[in-house]
Amino acid sequence: MFRLVSHPDEVKIVTRRFGLGAANIDRYLELGGYASARKCLAQGPDWIINEMKASNLRGRGGAGFSAGLKWSFVPRNSTRPKYVLVNGDESEPGTCKDHLIFLHDPHAVIEGTIIAGLAIGAKLGFIYLRGEYRYLLEIMEKAVADAYARGFLGAHIFGSNTEFQIITQTGAGAYEVGEESALMESLEGKRGIPRIKPPFPAVVGLYGGPTVINNAETIATVPHVIEMGAEAYAAVGTPRNGGTRLFSISGHVERPGVYELPMGYNLKKMIYEVAGGIRGGRKLKAVVPGGSSTPVLLPEEIENLGMDFDQVGKAGSMLGSGGVVVIDDRTCIVEFALRTISFYQHESCGWCIPCREGTDWLKKSLTRFHAGYGVARDIDNIQYIAENMMGRTFCPLGDAAAMPTLGFVKKFRKEFEDHLNGKPCPFAKHVELAVI
Amino acid sequence: MSDETMTLFSPRLAARFDALVLKYPLRRSALIPMLLYAQDEIGYLSDAAIAEVAQRIGIPELEVRNVASYYSMLRFKPAGRYNVQVCTNISCMLRGGYDVYERFQEELGIGHKGVTADGLFSLEEVECIGACCWAPAIQVNYDFHEELTPGHVPGILAGYRGRAEAEGTVFHV
Repeated sequence: MFRLVSHPDEVKIVTRRFGLGAANIDRYLELGGYASARKCLAQGPDWIINEMKASNLRGRGGAGFSAGLKWSFVPRNSTRPKYVLVNGDESEPGTCKDHLIFLHDPHAVIEGTIIAGLAIGAKLGFIYLRGEYRYLLEIMEKAVADAYARGFLGAHIFGSNTEFQIITQTGAGAYEVGEESALMESLEGKRGIPRIKPPFPAVVGLYGGPTVINNAETIATVPHVIEMGAEAYAAVGTPRNGGTRLFSISGHVERPGVYELPMGYNLKKMIYEVAGGIRGGRKLKAVVPGGSSTPVLLPEEIENLGMDFDQVGKAGSMLGSGGVVVIDDRTCIVEFALRTISFYQHESCGWCIPCREGTDWLKKSLTRFHAGYGVARDIDNIQYIAENMMGRTFCPLGDAAAMPTLGFVKKFRKEFEDHLNGKPCPFAKHVELAVI
Repeated sequence: MSDETMTLFSPRLAARFDALVLKYPLRRSALIPMLLYAQDEIGYLSDAAIAEVAQRIGIPELEVRNVASYYSMLRFKPAGRYNVQVCTNISCMLRGGYDVYERFQEELGIGHKGVTADGLFSLEEVECIGACCWAPAIQVNYDFHEELTPGHVPGILAGYRGRAEAEGTVFHV
């Protein structure tokens, strides 16, 4: 079983039903479930969208775009059917929060999907889970069937004349499908190749219809925003960063786990107090603040760093998916950089040349480098390749591979130099990584 | 399919397919789930399985192969009855994922994408499986095992050997 953790500094909003058996629909109703959807049905789309805008709820998938604003972009009078698409293709290394949401509170995902549907006037929503999450898909399928049986989904939701249907969908293994346009392609039964934007999904999305795509955490947060009221929710966070965030803290900490903390919570405190500090009393070397695609931060950079989209952005990284990966002083950064780029090389869909070739060259260069066969100009070359991938691809995967690589080279140049001229890696046991 | 005797799909899988295609605005949206469900039942995407999915969806086989080759969980060769997938991505790597992977290699005598001679196990090094806070983690088919050390490996394998003996020779995922 996936251990739940707790800390007094947590503000349990999205996680408040975790561990309380809320996957059972009766239990969910006892705990206040589906009241927000009923309220939204009575209030109508304008009210919902205004509440969402006022809540400052920003996309939890990584980009941090205002959910209310995104919903407001959907044209009211579309001749094509509109859709809601919940992105549960959670695959950013270091991130496992949606896993717990599907496990402990599947009805919150359904309720949030209904509310999004009411806001944009959609009659059909999809909840897409990564293929590896089969047991969670089964939990979601059961929850959806229960919601249909109670009349919360179907042709007349909650006894009204409004229709809303939900389809659960499994993926089959592809990080790239977490990108919104690739996700739509996958749902249409195709390879997960990204589409060029514009047009944005809010205008031309799934099956060519206007589509709202939100991360599973964003959607699961929606009923709580309605329940608390937008102002109260926004007040929990920092300016322009409403509410809480589910931080997946992993790596070299004493108490790894998913913690729900207010937006803007200090990163140093998060590592040393909430997660119990560095394992075995070691020293902190670096931290990846928001999933593997976000540039690494040094201990001195996290002293006064509040974890919200704007502050982490100012510090030169990104809040991303909230996956905080903590690295101690016994870790080889070159090996870490190599493992990171190996992932992106494996997951690049191959559609855009800068990403396909760039990730391949970076992996080759770093493999050679880590094995002790690097030459001095390789360091600049790695930086040069990464810089030339940035902003030159259809989707953000190219950037996601280039950004952390640039961070590692810039901030740990000396460690790269220590690997030069056939010197063995001062840290690593695994000099040659298996090629996936 | 009109002629039920020609089908590779079990009645359960066929019923699942029939229910699934009706739900979508476009029939083809059932393709990826159906490939995975067919693989769960048959063990891999054989030529016959691909042909049947293509026919049921109503698209050319080439289209099915083109799509299937994109997704890392879909395979064109049989795996072991229990497919051991060891995550070595960053969060697992930091907490000993490679040590766990090495121990599986030693115990099973196979490497990445290898299958044991008795067909019971296959092994794969995989990318992040979404269990980062409980690292290192693995999946055996769809079952998660988390917070592992190399010392857990023999017990996990013994558990699946016992399950295979109890369940007999019927292929089961």
